Amino acid sequence: MKPAKFNYLRPSSMEEAVHYLSEYGEDAKVLSGGQSLIPLLNMRLSTPKYLIDIGRAEGLSYIKEDGESLVIGTLTKHTEIEKSELVKGKCPLLSEAIRWVGHEQIRNRGTVGGSIAHGDPSAELPCVLTALRGEIVIVDVNGEEIVSPEDFFLTYMLTSLQPDQLVKEIRFPRIKPTCGSAFVEVARRHGDFGLVEVAAVVDLCEDGRFSDVKLAIGGVNSVPTLLEDVERLLVGKEPTEEIFNEAGDLTMELVEPESDLHGTAEYRRELSGTMVIRALKQATDRAQGGRVM
Amino acid sequence: MTKYVGQSIKRKEDYRLVTGTGQFVGDIRMANMVEAVFVRSTHAHATIIGIDISEAQALEGVHAILTGKDIDGKIKPLVQFESHCALPPNLVEAINPTIHFCYEDVLAKNKVMYVGQPIAVVVAENRYVAEDAADLIKVKYETLPVVVDPFKSLEKGAPLIQEHLQSNIQSNFHVTTGNAVQSLKDANHILKARIKTPRVSSNPLETRGVVSTYENRTNQLHVYSSTQLPFEIRTYIARSLDLVEQQIRVTAPDVGGGFGPKGGVHPEEIMVPYLSKLMNRPVKWIEDRLEHMTSARHSRDQIHDVEVAYNRDGTILGIKDHFIIDSGAVNYFGLTCAYNSAYHLRGAYKIPNYDSTCQIVLTNKTPNVPFRGAGRPEVVFVMDRIIDMVARKLKMDPVEVMRKNMIQAEDMPYDQGILVKDGAQLIYDSGDYPAALDQGLKMVDYEGFREQQKKWKKQGKLVGVGISTYVEGTGAGPFESAYVTIDGSGQVVAYLGASPQGQGHETVFSQICADELMLSPNEITIRVGDTANLAFGAGTYASRSAVNAGSAIQIASAKLREKVLVVAAAMLEVKSSDLQMENGKAFVKTQPEKCVTYKEIAEAARPGNRCKVPAGMEPGLQVTHYFVPPTVTFSSSVHIAMVEVDKKTGFVELKGYSVVHDAGKVINPMIVDGQVQGGIAQGIGAALYEEIVYDEKGQLLTGSYMDYLLPTSMEIPTVEKSHQEFLSTRNPLGIKGVGEGGAISPPAAIANAVVDALDPLEIMINLLPISPSKLRNWIKEAERKQYKIEVG
Amino acid sequence: MEGIKIHLKVNGQDISREVDPRLLLSDFIRENLLLTGTHIGCEHGVCGACTIQVNGDPVRSCLMLAVQADGCEVKTVESLIQENGELSHLQQAFSDNHALQCGFCTPGFLMTLSSFLEENSNPSEEEIRKCISGNLCRCTGYSNIIKAVKQAAQTVSN
Repeated sequence: MKPAKFNYLRPSSMEEAVHYLSEYGEDAKVLSGGQSLIPLLNMRLSTPKYLIDIGRAEGLSYIKEDGESLVIGTLTKHTEIEKSELVKGKCPLLSEAIRWVGHEQIRNRGTVGGSIAHGDPSAELPCVLTALRGEIVIVDVNGEEIVSPEDFFLTYMLTSLQPDQLVKEIRFPRIKPTCGSAFVEVARRHGDFGLVEVAAVVDLCEDGRFSDVKLAIGGVNSVPTLLEDVERLLVGKEPTEEIFNEAGDLTMELVEPESDLHGTAEYRRELSGTMVIRALKQATDRAQGGRVM
Repeated sequence: MTKYVGQSIKRKEDYRLVTGTGQFVGDIRMANMVEAVFVRSTHAHATIIGIDISEAQALEGVHAILTGKDIDGKIKPLVQFESHCALPPNLVEAINPTIHFCYEDVLAKNKVMYVGQPIAVVVAENRYVAEDAADLIKVKYETLPVVVDPFKSLEKGAPLIQEHLQSNIQSNFHVTTGNAVQSLKDANHILKARIKTPRVSSNPLETRGVVSTYENRTNQLHVYSSTQLPFEIRTYIARSLDLVEQQIRVTAPDVGGGFGPKGGVHPEEIMVPYLSKLMNRPVKWIEDRLEHMTSARHSRDQIHDVEVAYNRDGTILGIKDHFIIDSGAVNYFGLTCAYNSAYHLRGAYKIPNYDSTCQIVLTNKTPNVPFRGAGRPEVVFVMDRIIDMVARKLKMDPVEVMRKNMIQAEDMPYDQGILVKDGAQLIYDSGDYPAALDQGLKMVDYEGFREQQKKWKKQGKLVGVGISTYVEGTGAGPFESAYVTIDGSGQVVAYLGASPQGQGHETVFSQICADELMLSPNEITIRVGDTANLAFGAGTYASRSAVNAGSAIQIASAKLREKVLVVAAAMLEVKSSDLQMENGKAFVKTQPEKCVTYKEIAEAARPGNRCKVPAGMEPGLQVTHYFVPPTVTFSSSVHIAMVEVDKKTGFVELKGYSVVHDAGKVINPMIVDGQVQGGIAQGIGAALYEEIVYDEKGQLLTGSYMDYLLPTSMEIPTVEKSHQEFLSTRNPLGIKGVGEGGAISPPAAIANAVVDALDPLEIMINLLPISPSKLRNWIKEAERKQYKIEVG
Repeated sequence: MEGIKIHLKVNGQDISREVDPRLLLSDFIRENLLLTGTHIGCEHGVCGACTIQVNGDPVRSCLMLAVQADGCEVKTVESLIQENGELSHLQQAFSDNHALQCGFCTPGFLMTLSSFLEENSNPSEEEIRKCISGNLCRCTGYSNIIKAVKQAAQTVSN
């Protein structure tokens, strides 16, 4: 299991990287942390002619606040997000979700840009980004472009990213302190890709009704999916057992899972409902307790 | 006498292994060494039309490419292992077996029989280049109909896997005692069930690997292999390459786990030595994990159809079993797993009427071989599910049914009425199973748990307990060897035929030897894993090393002690009965200052005019002993699992796991506990996570560690352990084997616990692993059934 | 393919080598530097046997190219032993508690844990289990490894 030959390019800046991409993009793969790409290279499931290692490009690793968003540079490692007090304070959902990504050894190398660009429907970050209506900033020789997760994730491991484009940074809208959020996941073993994962954020009115709900699910459809119908169902309602169950039932109607080794389509559908209920309950508990997580 | 046997001595092996200075096959480097990569079949069943190697051959850095045609007539095919297939005449008479010859070309010549079968081999500068070349080799296939379902394989007109056979039934046999058919007529109730254990893979963390070098001057191959059986490999290289055994030395260096499937000879272990001789340079092949998943042999894969005769008081009168083993494309081990299954099914229970028919069926899958437990986890799963099902049908606690049918202490030695595979009568030598059960129930406060469980269930917390027991024939023969010597420096060195894969042979056998020669274990050197050390050796498998190698070294050491005393007596001019030994010296009991050291004794025993060895004895201080056990001995165990089930998701959480086990005399409790814990971890894997899955075209779907799930530290609880020590009557120290034990019971215990957690919902778990998806499905089915009953 | 020059520090020693860009860091360590204590178990980033430390963090060396380690500080299992040949607390604790059987996965565990223990002087069992959940062991069933970590933590804090 050794990679096939490739030409190795190591740009030292983003500008140099997009320049390489404009030239070789069609035959190239971008290497950042390598935690998804190198297994594919080792198995020779991916045999690019050029490997553009952006790992040394300057100034692409950062976590900062910009207005209502947390902006995270493409080369920021999962561990850095995990340890970031800023993230914990402004976007606790992301802090909670990041701990579900693989194992420590993976999080130490894996980057946020890599995870987003890989487009695995069961990856945690895309699910959070989708729920929060975040943004993906894409760059090429012509400049920058901002894409929504819905436009970005096309299907299994396929994104709208063109061969000459690079993910520059990800913007996670910060979560209001009055909100409760929860990230729940079930995986066969600790650290595995989730069978189902749900990201939920809820805000409550003074009278206890839902004033705002953000909800996305991963692992079941071919892309991380916003559950807008469920959100609409909940807003204005009181958090009761019945309404949670309704949310679960509606989720089951909305998802279109497929069968695989770890579960049948029917099982995943049902699990989607169960996990949405659990995520909503947890997020609501946290909102009611005035704690964000 | 036993100062060190019975002590938790720290392992001698550890220093090199924790410092990264051990030597595994992959760590071996030699001047001029090249690396091999195998091209493997991508089809489960196909005729090879042609292989185009031209592009690959032209690649820079490629030294050789061989296909089946190149070795035709030069390398004999691999055939079933005679040492494991031969049956004693009385057993043949009793079970009337048919075993058809089957084989596999070292490189497939005409057709391929499973995905991953070697077709060609590339030798290049390094693995990277070899893989580049392998990618350029074009194999043209004409596909043949594929059979992956053993029942379809049995059908008339099914495509033949081994084409020289009349059908895909490679072996069958029938074993019986009492009258099972009559018992089915006599009983109050009959239970019928189909109980399956899936195909799994042993997955040692070190994959397989071979390094071979050829020395012109002596015309000798030196082969290093990550194997459990260096002696067997020597035999098969000699046979396959038309060499004599003297021309081959096989070394098993540090071996990173085996668990069974490294105990056999694989095609690569023949091919790599051949290449090193052909090319006259060292050749290395290290299996990668994807190859390991497809091509290293798998295990288990049994389907049992049982009929159970039982009375309303819970007494089981008889069991009639018909079972199939899906052996994949080749059956290398004859009846090993199959007969183990047949003779272990009744375990700790008295079931006078028993009838078992077995068919070993070939399919287009990787060959199936023994793996830790070797046929026992499958039947313990059958037996303990039967106990549980009978109990639930009769609304009894499973413990009551266990007690009702268990062999009592006063029944020992207990005759099960059939034969062991070695031809001896199946007689349990010692043990107290009901006491073990009581001890286990006390450990988990069974009564208290049952009370608490009711409360929990009312609160919606689904917690259950499940029990499994087994009795295991361990320490299989035919023999094991020990050669113990004191060298010119006065150093005691013991060579053993059994070599380890992590069991701590260098430590435990030095403990036995130390007690006999009155030294500390650190003063004894143990050498293992090399055919150059001894004339004969068997190997490490079947929970046999402590029993057989342990007995061999104990007896050899005792004989050496006698000889040392005789020589010392001659030196000190006293009678040997006047002497005592301690700390590397022999001295006169009444005059301790009158002494000679082992070094001096070794000097005096050297051949020559002043040799002090009495006439009629060989000069030198060395003794070889071959221990031949009369038959297997029987260790036993009770496993109790506690689980909590998340009914909505189908997830099972192991809340606790407790064990009582009897391994006879324990040489090193720390190591025995380690074996038990590690075995249970593998059993938990089999119960909840692990399964090799093929699609209907024979393509492996679980080819990586993303799909084949090995349990991690998050899934394995620390097992509560408790011991019994009923000595074996079949070897001098009273040892029973322990290596496999842990792995045998967890699937049964955990399945029973899950059923118990969901009670009163009636779940049938006769299939593994208990994945959340499957369990959720069973829960829903049971709920529907219950609903129907309630609604009418 | 032209080689690429890399400079890195391995176990405290400065190393300069020209490497094929596709060479995995695990192979570089084993084949070029002859540090065979780092073992290869799966080469797709699941088993953890090849875990080393890069700039102090445990990472899987099979999921890094040697060229990516350019300029980094790498530590392998060979760095753990003390100069006088004595085992480190963690290594000693592994031996004392029978936390290894075949020993193939052990270097990976040690490299994950030695970094963990620097940051957690008194870890709970749950924390230890999480920490090692990215390292597979097929022999021990993990419980003695957890015991060993507890002992090592205690020895260090004493």
